[in-house]
Amino acid sequence: MAERFTKSMARNIYVGGSTFFILLFLVLTFDTQSRAMPERDNRDQLTEQVEHGKHIWEQNNCIGCHSLLGEGAYFAPELANVFLRRGVGDSDVFKAYMNAWMNAMPTNVPGRRQMPQFNLTDEEIDALAAFLEWTSKINTNNWPPNVEG
Amino acid sequence: MPYFVFALILFAGQIVFGLILGLQYVVGDFLFPEIPFNVARMVHTNLLIVWLLFGFMGASYYLVPEEAQTELYSPLLARIMFWIFAVTGTLTILGYLFVDYATLADLTLNKLWPTMGREFLEQPTVVKLGILVVIVGFIFNIMMTALKGRKTVINIVLVTGLIGLALLWLFAFYNPGNLATDKYFWWFVVHLWVEGVWELIMGAILAYVLIKITGVDREVIEKWLYVIIAMALISGIIGTGHHFFWIGPPEYWLWLGSVFSALEPLPFFMMVLFAFNMVNRRRRNHPNKVALLWAMGTTVMAFLGAGVWGFLHSLAPVNYFTHGSQITAAHGHMAFYGAYVMIVLTIISYAMPIMRGRPYGNSNTAQILEMWGFWLMTISMVFITLFLTGAGILQVWLQRIPESGDALSYMATQDQIAIFYWARLVSGCFFMAGLVIYLGSFFIKGQATAADEVRGPATLDS
Repeated sequence: MAERFTKSMARNIYVGGSTFFILLFLVLTFDTQSRAMPERDNRDQLTEQVEHGKHIWEQNNCIGCHSLLGEGAYFAPELANVFLRRGVGDSDVFKAYMNAWMNAMPTNVPGRRQMPQFNLTDEEIDALAAFLEWTSKINTNNWPPNVEG
Repeated sequence: MPYFVFALILFAGQIVFGLILGLQYVVGDFLFPEIPFNVARMVHTNLLIVWLLFGFMGASYYLVPEEAQTELYSPLLARIMFWIFAVTGTLTILGYLFVDYATLADLTLNKLWPTMGREFLEQPTVVKLGILVVIVGFIFNIMMTALKGRKTVINIVLVTGLIGLALLWLFAFYNPGNLATDKYFWWFVVHLWVEGVWELIMGAILAYVLIKITGVDREVIEKWLYVIIAMALISGIIGTGHHFFWIGPPEYWLWLGSVFSALEPLPFFMMVLFAFNMVNRRRRNHPNKVALLWAMGTTVMAFLGAGVWGFLHSLAPVNYFTHGSQITAAHGHMAFYGAYVMIVLTIISYAMPIMRGRPYGNSNTAQILEMWGFWLMTISMVFITLFLTGAGILQVWLQRIPESGDALSYMATQDQIAIFYWARLVSGCFFMAGLVIYLGSFFIKGQATAADEVRGPATLDS
């Protein structure tokens, strides 16, 4: 670095640059949260059952194997679009599917990845299904690319 | 010193669980149902976070008083915080392992204030509060120390980074019922830690070690430090946008996230230039050669892992296909190892011998052994990353790129890429071997002397 470039200039770039970008980030966050997200995350359909489903999702650490909207572990299938993949977009079909699936675990096939039995009640499985259905309707800029997630 | 020792013990634990996970990827029912994958993964990632925090704390307790040319404000408080953190951390891990997660959530009254069950933030709410108490107590102690003594740039940057770390941790307590909002603010902890304030902490520790080992003028080092952290924050803050592509936020983040994450390799590239420049201009040849190896290694690996591997998939059109694939896992492994594991091992390599009464470093034999550990772990990590990248590319090709109907399902794809997982597991075993050799180097007696300094005056600066 040239000698003309002094330490105080470097400090000013640091202080000025980071202050500017922190403020910009806050403005963008405000815009995203207050203007854009209400139209994109279908929050008008966020029922108590959906919230309950999210709680069950968290309480059983589902994210420890699965990904949801591409985030989480990569050990088991993506679930943000499982409503479309397994429920073909129909609430009743999906709930029936979820009930059968959750109760059939674990498969105990030797050598295969195993999903634990979480002992959820029918009501809890319905809530979980409602949560995953709601999640599939968030506007994600068309992610994932196909139904396999 | 207890901070460093405990950090290394947890590091070893992390790698053991890493191997379990690696095996579960190919032998799905290994240890099932005793330790299901989600539990092992939680232990693996939480141990990493906790031991790195221990490392940062140990580093701060070591270097802040010395930079400030004063004594630590309260050694007693530091000891109390150590035990609180160690006990809380150990209990949490044991809780993960021996109690069913849903039961753990009930036992710790997660209902009252649900914050559990989110990636990396799996800790019970009461543990999160405990971590907050430890961080606040620690920062108070460090700040009181820094304020009463000489205010160097390194101390200012380090303390700024630590305060940012504490403030951002508060977002761990915010868990709205709306998943899209939850995820948005979850990144305030995760991204703004590792691609924001942690870079400040890393920069400060690196600058400190380079001053000590190369003897280069403080003014020069501080100028570089400012430029590096300026680049880190300028690119990294809006760079958070690369996580907002597909989780609900509007389309302008596609542009912002792509452009600013294209800049994110810059601070890491500057760190490489910084370290190698300072070494070329060094005024002394410190006999602790292995500490210098770590310092140079961390910049290169952080640049590759965080910079290059980050950029590979952070442009929106690429990320559309790679998001949440094994490419992400590849990047995560090398970035964390290169930037944060290695910077903590750098300061340990420099400070530990001094604290053990060996001001010029460990004996030559111990240093050579530690270098073997360095190369084995680092090269193994390169291979882990390469194999995961191979797995990821194939996964994207089979599962993501074809249209619905033609694409292979997730599990069918996993079967196809199993060979890469086996190769990754083998690399992981070599990493473990490297770690054993590294830890073994601590048990070799003897020390380097001033006479080992090849050129220049061996200053008694310890």
